[in-house]
Amino acid sequence: MHELPQNLANGLMLGLMYGLIAIGYTMVYGIVQLINFAHGEIFMIGGFGALTAYAALPHGTSLWLALPVMILGGVIASVLTATAAERFAYRPLRTAPRLAPLITAIGLSIALQQVVWAFYPGAKKAISFPQFAGDTVDLGLFHLQRNDLFLLAAAPLCMLILASFVRFTRTGRAMQATAQDPDTAKLMGINTDRIIVIAFALGAAFAAVAAVAHGLRYGQVDFMMGFLAGLKAFTAAVLGGIGNIYGAMLGGLVLGVAESLATAYIQNVPGMHQLGGGAWANVWAFVLLIVVLLVRPQGLLGERVADRA
Amino acid sequence: MRKSSLLVVTIAVTGALTLSACGSRGAKTGSDNAGGTTKVVIGVDAPISGKLSALGLGIKNSADLATKKANKDNLVPGVTFSIEAKDDQANPTSGKQNATALVDMKDVVGVVGPLNSSVSQTMQKVFNDAKLTQVSPANTSPELSLGPDWGSSKFTRPYASYFRTATTDVVQGKYAAQYLFNEAKKTKVYVIDDKKTYGAGLAAIFQEEFKKLGGTVAGSDHINPDDKDFSAVATKVASSGADSVYYGGEYPEAGPLTDQIKKAGAKVPVMGGDGIYDPEFIKLSNNNSDGDLATSVGAPVEELSSAKTFVADYTAAGYKDAYSAYGGYSYDAAWSIIEAVKAAVEHNGGKVPSDLRTKVLAEMAKVNFSGVTGQVSFDQYGDTTNKQLTVYSVKGGEWKAVKSGTYNG
Repeated sequence: MHELPQNLANGLMLGLMYGLIAIGYTMVYGIVQLINFAHGEIFMIGGFGALTAYAALPHGTSLWLALPVMILGGVIASVLTATAAERFAYRPLRTAPRLAPLITAIGLSIALQQVVWAFYPGAKKAISFPQFAGDTVDLGLFHLQRNDLFLLAAAPLCMLILASFVRFTRTGRAMQATAQDPDTAKLMGINTDRIIVIAFALGAAFAAVAAVAHGLRYGQVDFMMGFLAGLKAFTAAVLGGIGNIYGAMLGGLVLGVAESLATAYIQNVPGMHQLGGGAWANVWAFVLLIVVLLVRPQGLLGERVADRA
Repeated sequence: MRKSSLLVVTIAVTGALTLSACGSRGAKTGSDNAGGTTKVVIGVDAPISGKLSALGLGIKNSADLATKKANKDNLVPGVTFSIEAKDDQANPTSGKQNATALVDMKDVVGVVGPLNSSVSQTMQKVFNDAKLTQVSPANTSPELSLGPDWGSSKFTRPYASYFRTATTDVVQGKYAAQYLFNEAKKTKVYVIDDKKTYGAGLAAIFQEEFKKLGGTVAGSDHINPDDKDFSAVATKVASSGADSVYYGGEYPEAGPLTDQIKKAGAKVPVMGGDGIYDPEFIKLSNNNSDGDLATSVGAPVEELSSAKTFVADYTAAGYKDAYSAYGGYSYDAAWSIIEAVKAAVEHNGGKVPSDLRTKVLAEMAKVNFSGVTGQVSFDQYGDTTNKQLTVYSVKGGEWKAVKSGTYNG
C-alpha cells in the first residue's frame, strides 16, 4: 500500500469535516463578531437529532432510505437549538460588551452538553451510530472507507449551495451587506435580526451534516464529541481567515492534512522521534496555526480589515 | 429594562441547567440513623458519568450490594453500612476533590475506588494523611503499591493506607506477552498506548516481555484519549506489516481504534488489558473486533462457583447497569472493609471504637476471606495475593474466555 496518498486521503476526509463545522463559526463571526463557542454542541446535537430520526424509522429500514431522514432530523435539531440560542442567549446581549456573549457562549456550551447527558436516553456513554456495511473502496493509490463517501459528496455540495446562496440570492447579498456594515444595512431596509438568525441557522445546518458524517465515519456519537471537534473547527476557521466561508473550508483541509501528515512522518525525522505520532498531532496543528498567523495575521484567505481605527 | 431581565433569565436558566445536571449525579444514600445502631459509611469513588461510566456504575452498584448484604445478614451487630458515591469522571483533579470530601465525612471508614490509576495517584496521599483505608478494585499500575522504582525491583510501599483487589500490570502485561507469543504465535507486534498512567505502563511492560521472548516490535505510537480519528495511526499499522497490535488503554478509544485499523486494511488482532475488556468495546468497534484479545484480572466471574451468589444477588437487586469488569472486585473491596470493621468491633469488646478509621486500617492487613473472586487477602505492599488472569477473545460479538491461568514468574 502507498502510504503518502493514503495519509493525504485520511487528512482530506478529516479536513472536510472540520471545514463543514468551521463554516458555522465563520458565518456567525462575520456577521455579529461573536465566537459562538456553543457551536461544537450544536454539532453534537445534530448527531443526536439524526440518531433520533433513525430510531423513529421502522426497524430494518435501509440506511440509504434512512439517510435523508437522518440528515433532516439532525438539521432540525441543530437549527432549532442554534436559533433558540441566538434568540434567548445572544440577542439580549448584542449591545453588551463583547466579553458577555463570549462567556454566555461558553456557559451555553456546558449547559447543552449536560442537558444531553442528563436527558437523552443512553447518552451517558457513547451510542452506536448506524453504518453502511461493506468493505473499503479501493481506488488504486489509496482506499476510502465506504462510510466516508457520504462526507466526500456532502461537503463539496454544501459548499456549492452556500456559495451560490451568498452570491446570487437577495438574502445572501443582504447577508454580505450586514457583514460589511450592519448599521448601513439596516438603513437600506435590511432586517438585520433576520439575517443574523439565518446565519446561525445555516451554520447549524452544515454542522448537522458534519455530525451525520462524523457518526458514519466513527460509528458512534457521544455528548462530549462537540468539544474537541468544535475546537478544531474554530482553529480551522481562524487558520483560513475568520469571516470568510471559503477560508473556513480551506482552513479545515489544511488542518486535517497537517494533522494526518504530522502523525505519519514527524516520527521519521531524525531526532524528532519523541515528538511524532498520534499524540503530537494536535501540537503540530497548533504550531501550524501560530506560524500562519505570524505570517498572515488575517488567516489564509482573510481580508485585512481596519477593525479598529 | 427588558434586556437586563432577559439577561437575568438566561443566566438563571443556564445556571439551573448546569446545577441540576450536577445535582443528579451524587446519588444520595440513606442517612437515617436507625434506632441505636451506628452508621458506618463506605465511600465509593468511580467514574459514574462520562465515557467510562459503564465500569464506574458497576463498581458503585457492587459496593452498594456488599453493604446491603452485610446489613441483611447483620454481620456486624450494631452497625449499619451504607455507601457514599462520588463521581470522578476519570479525572485526577475531581478524584482529589472527592478524596478530600470523603475524608471530611466523619462516618466514612474506608473507600472503594477509584477505577483509574491516574486518579488514584492524586488520592493516595489525601487518604494516607487521614489514615483512611482505600481499596481499589481496578488500579493496575504497579507504582501505586510498589513505589516509583518497582522497575528495578526495589519495592517500597509509598502509602500504608492503599490496598487493591486487582492484579498489577506487571503480571498482566507479561501474561499478555506470553500468550500472544507462545500460544497465539504472533511474532511482530505494533504497540500503541494512550499516554495515561495505566495505558503507557501496561504497554511498556508488555513490550519488554514480548522482546525478551524473541518477538519483534514493528513500531509504536501514542494516541490522545479524547481523539476519535486514528486513521493516520491505522495507516501506519497497516503499512508496518505487523501481525498483531497491542493497545495500552481503555475501551472508549480502543473500540474505534480497532475498527479503524481493520478498515485501513490490517486484518490483525488487537490485544489489550482489562481496560478494553468490556462489552462497550465491541459496540464501539462497530462489531469489527472479532478475534481481538484482552487480558483481565481473575477468572471470569460467571465461571467461579464463589461468584454465583454475587451474580444472583446483583440481578435480584435490580440495578439498571451491569456489574461490568470490576463488579466482583468491587464487591470484594467493599467486603474487605466490612470485614475489617467487623474485626475492629470484635476486638473492642463488641462496641464500635471511637477511632474506627485507624482501627480499620490496622485490621486490613489481616483480612482474609473467601470472596467473589477467590480468596481475598493482601500482601505486605497492599496488593492482592490472588494472581489469577484470564485471556478473553471476541467471538460473534461477545467476549469469550479463552484461557485462565495463574501467573508465576
